[in-house]
Amino acid sequence: MSGKTLYDKLWDSHIVEQRDDGTALIYIDRHLLHEVTSPQAFEGLNLAGRKPWRTAANLATPDHNVPTIKDERVAGIKGIMDPLSRLQVEILDVNCREQGIVQFGMEDKRQGIVHVVGPEQGLTQPGMTIVCGDSHTSTHGALGALAQGIGTSEVEHVLSTQCLVQKKMKNMLIRVDGQLGAGVTAKDIVLHAIGVIGTAGGTGYTIEFGGEAVAALSIEGRMTLCNMAIEAGARAGLVAVDAKTIEYVKGRPLAPKGAMWEKAVKYWQTLVSDKDAHFDELVVINSADIEPQVTWGTSPEMVTGVCGRVPTMDMMDSASKRDSLRRALSYMGLNEGQSIQDIQLDRVFIGSCTNSRIEDLRAAAKVVKGKKVASSIKQALVVPGSGLVQQQAEQEGLDKIFLAAGFEWREPGCSMCLAMNADKLGEGEHCASTSNRNFEGRQGFGGRTHLVSPVMAAASAIAGHFVDIRAWN
Amino acid sequence: MQAFTQHSGIVVPLDRANVDTDLIIPKQFLKAVKKTGFGPNLFDQLRYLDEGQPGTDHSTRPINPDFVLNQEKYKAATILLARENFGCGSSREHAPWALLDFGFRAILAPSFADIFYNNCFKNGILPLVLPAEEIDMLFQGVESGEIAELTVDLDSQVVVVPTGKRLHFDIDPFRKTCLLKGLDDIGLTLEKKDLIKKYEETQKLVCPWLFEDQLA
Ligand code: SF4
Repeated sequence: MSGKTLYDKLWDSHIVEQRDDGTALIYIDRHLLHEVTSPQAFEGLNLAGRKPWRTAANLATPDHNVPTIKDERVAGIKGIMDPLSRLQVEILDVNCREQGIVQFGMEDKRQGIVHVVGPEQGLTQPGMTIVCGDSHTSTHGALGALAQGIGTSEVEHVLSTQCLVQKKMKNMLIRVDGQLGAGVTAKDIVLHAIGVIGTAGGTGYTIEFGGEAVAALSIEGRMTLCNMAIEAGARAGLVAVDAKTIEYVKGRPLAPKGAMWEKAVKYWQTLVSDKDAHFDELVVINSADIEPQVTWGTSPEMVTGVCGRVPTMDMMDSASKRDSLRRALSYMGLNEGQSIQDIQLDRVFIGSCTNSRIEDLRAAAKVVKGKKVASSIKQALVVPGSGLVQQQAEQEGLDKIFLAAGFEWREPGCSMCLAMNADKLGEGEHCASTSNRNFEGRQGFGGRTHLVSPVMAAASAIAGHFVDIRAWN
Repeated sequence: MQAFTQHSGIVVPLDRANVDTDLIIPKQFLKAVKKTGFGPNLFDQLRYLDEGQPGTDHSTRPINPDFVLNQEKYKAATILLARENFGCGSSREHAPWALLDFGFRAILAPSFADIFYNNCFKNGILPLVLPAEEIDMLFQGVESGEIAELTVDLDSQVVVVPTGKRLHFDIDPFRKTCLLKGLDDIGLTLEKKDLIKKYEETQKLVCPWLFEDQLA
């Protein structure tokens, strides 16, 4: 018999009941909530006269709707100008109070994007099952937890039962061999991988990222990788536990302490795929093949290296691919064969659960230090992922560096990643964004998103168009 | 949840791969706190020429005449014919809510994104996977006018095409039963209360730190 993958181990240790039809009742250790996907779940819970199964397994924070301008933040929920956004944040607040669920509210320094907050607080721990009504819950897999996005009906299901009914996924390993070149980041690995396997390539799989390049990444970089597993179609991304993982969790507010810590660590050290584990699918990527990536189209798989070009019709091998290319080019206002570095930018966004942690901000600040945002750029935004990231960055003086360069320094939240608040693109505007989705209208009606790493976004803000960070000085 | 047994209705072809949930229902409509009322904003960016806002009168907005759902013959469609990887992206259940509110009961595609697929079942919508060649055949039939309506029979797992063809589809037995009976799956899980408690008791011994409940 072959050994177990990390996913196999996480799955097996959470089975409450295995059924003959292949489904299983799976126990959920932690549940994160935000204001957009929870109101209807709480409503359902109340209508059915049910109570949360285990209140203390839940943590909530508003992130999607919150304003990022300081003046709009000082008055708390009441200060939110958009009445619908205000109502949603209010309802989360009321629901959490009624059900006794801990919430990091708008005035709390710990508030932030739910996927930044979880790991930061030590709520995310190896070996856990974690869910949230948000597809980017995959982020938490970076710590060796089985973390999945769910819909609102399942949010209600988890609130009511602490369980989910699931079928086991298949195992995929994306192995990244060799060492990344200078200027090439975790974001580039994952964008490149999506370019290779496509946005449906991971459907039905849990993707484990491994190999030399992944082992060399920080936990934050691994979060960037797992964050975008969903963009490859996989509900969950994973990285094996190693010394870095344990070091990362140590001492965080919600991490185990004392004798419990020792016990936990012992267990966590077993959370790696066995040497003889069987993966249903293996994808091998050579680090040397990864350039800094830029998406040119309206799906994350429409991606190429910064020295590349937008593809041409004759490169497409089917009518449906030609059709997709035609549609994407027309939406993006680009020509076939156009050089990536010729794309002129209107706005730059550094933020989102993909790239708004302290490491991302440090890397971007290093690039812009002492320079100025190009005059052709209408707006360059930096939005930290949480209040604590913001605080840390300000202690290090990163805010000053960004402000001096002509960036705006904002309050934490999802912001222009999906533009549910006031931060959006205008029609036809091109944006270099460190977020995870370049879908039509994602960052604003008619807006044109190009996904890149933080250092690429920073350098492009200075140049006014895409530049190769490797040749940057 | 509304049960799904058999359904006959007009089929509309949406010839586009990788339709994401942002496209099915754009973010500005996610500010709602109910499950209903999303129908007028289904495919908002494709259906209208301007940018839609919640709370406005959508009947007076400029319509995109090129979008298939705006064609007279498809306005009452209840079956959506789609391409691969339908429903990718965000986990928002507002996407199936919008499809349901518009009137859709079944979606036929060669493949679906995982979370969306799952969300459909929770709302009485049947997402049904057929081989790419059969989907191609249906697109051709609908676009040539040969096929206007389809019948989907969940119990016998077939799509009945007016030409007489019967297309078989596979479906997970648990989901099938839930959909056929319109079952409340939370109620079903709560019947296993004792098993859940037993699991928790065991886990408290194996991984006690998971039950320290620092969040209480
Ligand atoms: S930052 Fe963007 S992707 Fe992440 S949770 Fe917020 S809206 Fe979703």
